[in-house]
Amino acid sequence: MKSPILQSATKYLLPILLLFSFFLLLRGHYYPGGGFVGGLVASIAFVLHSFANGTEATMKILKHKPLSLIPVGLAISTVSVTIPMLFGLPAMTGLWLEEPIPVIGMIGSSLFFDLGVYLVVIGVVLTILFTISLNNLEEKN
Amino acid sequence: MLLAVLSGLLFSIAMVFFGKGLKAKWSPLLLVLPPVLFTFFASFIPFISSGNIQLQHINWVPSLGINFDFKLDGLSLLFTLMITGIGTAIFIYARKYLKGHPYFDRFFGYLFLFMSAMLGVVLSNNILLLFIFWELTSISSFFLIGFNNDNADSRKSALTALSITGLGGFFLLASLILIGNIAGTYTISELINSRDLLLKDPLYPLIIGLLFIGAFTKSAQFPFHFWLPGAMKAPTPVSAYLHSATMVKAGIYLLARFSPILGGTDYWNYTLIIVGGITMLYASIHSLFRTDLKGILAYSTISALGILTFLIGLGTKEAMIAVSVFILAHALYKATLFLVTGIIDHETHTRDITVLSGLRKVLPPVALAGILAALSSAGFPLVTLGFIGKDLIYEATLTFSNPTLIWTLTGLAIVTNIGLVAAGFMAGITPFVGKLPQQFEKIHIPYKGLWIPPLVLALLGIILGIFPAVVGELITNQTANTIFGANTNSHLAVWHGWTLVLFLSLGTLAVGSLLYILNKPSMAKLAAIERFNVISPKTIIMGLGSKIMQFSSWYTDRMHNGYLRSYHLKIILFAEAVLAYKLWVSGPIYIDFWSLTYPDLYEVAIVFVLIGALFLILTTPSRLTAVVSMSVIGYCICLIFVIYSAPDLAMTQFTIDTLSTVLFVLVLYKLPGFVNLTNKKVLFRDALVAISFGIIIALTAFKIWAEPINKDISNFYGENAYILAKGKNVVNVILVDFRGIDTMFETVVLSIAAIGVYSMIRLRLKSSEKE
Repeated sequence: MKSPILQSATKYLLPILLLFSFFLLLRGHYYPGGGFVGGLVASIAFVLHSFANGTEATMKILKHKPLSLIPVGLAISTVSVTIPMLFGLPAMTGLWLEEPIPVIGMIGSSLFFDLGVYLVVIGVVLTILFTISLNNLEEKN
Repeated sequence: MLLAVLSGLLFSIAMVFFGKGLKAKWSPLLLVLPPVLFTFFASFIPFISSGNIQLQHINWVPSLGINFDFKLDGLSLLFTLMITGIGTAIFIYARKYLKGHPYFDRFFGYLFLFMSAMLGVVLSNNILLLFIFWELTSISSFFLIGFNNDNADSRKSALTALSITGLGGFFLLASLILIGNIAGTYTISELINSRDLLLKDPLYPLIIGLLFIGAFTKSAQFPFHFWLPGAMKAPTPVSAYLHSATMVKAGIYLLARFSPILGGTDYWNYTLIIVGGITMLYASIHSLFRTDLKGILAYSTISALGILTFLIGLGTKEAMIAVSVFILAHALYKATLFLVTGIIDHETHTRDITVLSGLRKVLPPVALAGILAALSSAGFPLVTLGFIGKDLIYEATLTFSNPTLIWTLTGLAIVTNIGLVAAGFMAGITPFVGKLPQQFEKIHIPYKGLWIPPLVLALLGIILGIFPAVVGELITNQTANTIFGANTNSHLAVWHGWTLVLFLSLGTLAVGSLLYILNKPSMAKLAAIERFNVISPKTIIMGLGSKIMQFSSWYTDRMHNGYLRSYHLKIILFAEAVLAYKLWVSGPIYIDFWSLTYPDLYEVAIVFVLIGALFLILTTPSRLTAVVSMSVIGYCICLIFVIYSAPDLAMTQFTIDTLSTVLFVLVLYKLPGFVNLTNKKVLFRDALVAISFGIIIALTAFKIWAEPINKDISNFYGENAYILAKGKNVVNVILVDFRGIDTMFETVVLSIAAIGVYSMIRLRLKSSEKE
């Protein structure tokens, strides 16, 4: 499905959608959004790109296999869960910085937990979809 | 203390990374930890022996009552010293025993894991924490028994041991949770205050029954004893460490620990006396028929564990003193005998006592260790710790609270001990006396690392036996006090005068020695006793096990045939049954038609689109059309979420639907062309199931609508989201904070799914690699 219209559109849509997905992740604690939806939107952005330019081109943009996002995401979540234990608090206690940071807003350990979820979701969705689609390509050749 | 418990675990993890390097040059480093821990725990001796208790508390999961609560008292101290002290000897020995073994590093990794877990068991002051470490000991034991994993027998024995001890673990967990629920605390030192509450509870017999199964499986009591002889497939240092000195005593530890909390009732005492009595007698007689050194030791260990259970069952002050001393005495001489056996096996490549003889001429220090340990095990008077232990056992049976049973129990103890005297001599003396066969003349004294540890342990058994008062003052008196739950005022001494107990001891020794001389073990006798295997608990329990296997494979064939349509059908039918039952029970549904409002135009429109898409799915011959129609339905639902103000759900539904359509299209590519294989009968069945599901769901919706709504939960989250978690979006706060652990595991499940897809498609085995 290589249409020039879609190809040029995705050139601009990919960064905008990724930005939007990150926006969803950050606002999740106060308004509709969050790591899960954010991750799904980001995956859709990549899937759209792969539709327009082919999965191999998308894999080139990603540089690493999407599978490698999964351990990174899980590690970030795990660390955010265990960090309160270092302060003698039970695991999963939310820790918050005193002052909000410009643009991003309040930062707490649950944001990192959500970030982990975000990365895992992208990793999982893209791994499943791209593995199957690359396999289809190989069989075709 | 936390660090002391976890250091073994850290070492074990370190073995994964540095194991290869440790194999050759740096292997002495492995020997550092156990003596350091021993010194650490030994430094508590003055503190504990003056009657103090050391506590430590670190929060872990306080909301579930699971915390790192550690307690060092008399009972824990005895066990920690045994674990680290005998551990030191075992580590030194094992380094030489397994020199050059390809999985040297792996072995020590398991051994560290075990040591850590075992210390955790005896130091935990929280019963759930105790359970976690308890299971860890079972798992490390499984790995160590199956260490020679290219041997089918080893693997089978490891599985048997794991399934028996693991099964016991489930029962134990049930018991611990019941105890925690009734007492309202999981802390052992607080449970003692709830003793009356627990004893009066109607569930008391169930609680101790479950606890007993846990302890009996672990400590190899009849009828669960049969895993222990199989566990002897492990390398000898493991048999010495896990399966005689420490791990199998975890069950004894548990009984001793709970004795002041749950003990003292007839249920408790007589169950333990009967089970312990049967075990000690059965195993003691069995050990006389064995020809394999390790077999003899395995059965005599079971018998010793039976004695300990029996003594805890007696429940008197004297019995508890006997327990505390006998645990130590047995650990010392049995570990020695195992290590001696290991050397013999290592040097002669046989453990058959009908072949072995005269080895004292070629292995003098080993012979000394073996004979000293055999004497201690026989309770040789005045100079061995075994003698003190045996005296105390007789004293305990002679002072039992029920006078009618005194002579039955004493008789039982005497017969058992006579068997144990002979078994000890068979293991510790037979290989060394007599004429040296020609094939063994070339044997040389092995590495110092092999014979020094057993000799030291054997000598300890003698030295402590000569100065029992010291042992008592420093360690075992406090142990007995802890188990008894009150001061026992015990004073260990070698000489009590010409008492009845002394005559019993001497008589046991004399008859046992006579039995040893008369009983010549042979293959014929072994074969004779194995004829009874048909009715042995092992055969019965293993038979039960294979029946369960048969049932589960039948069930799996039925329920998991691999057809997606069959899974769907079953899941939906099950949901229908459950919901229909609930609707039926909860009575008629009243619908207040007057409170219904007219639907808006766009709601009607959405429903029409929905029905149209549905119709298309059912009639289209093209899969692609069906998939696209499915996504239309998904988007319609998404719109409904938007209208009824659930933006989070709507967003998620929208993205998920998009992605699953893409996934569908990708997968469709792999399917063969569409052929209509469905016949009328199947169509009718599916339609029936689908229509009834729709009706039931609709009725459920009406029911929910008609019922008054309980808003406690949503109010709680609504009120606390900002106060506790500083978030305004309640849905998200629930996901990342209140129920964060759920989310955590959901992401793990997702990851597993992705890895599954990836490995199924990417990592195809070459045909040569399959099986």
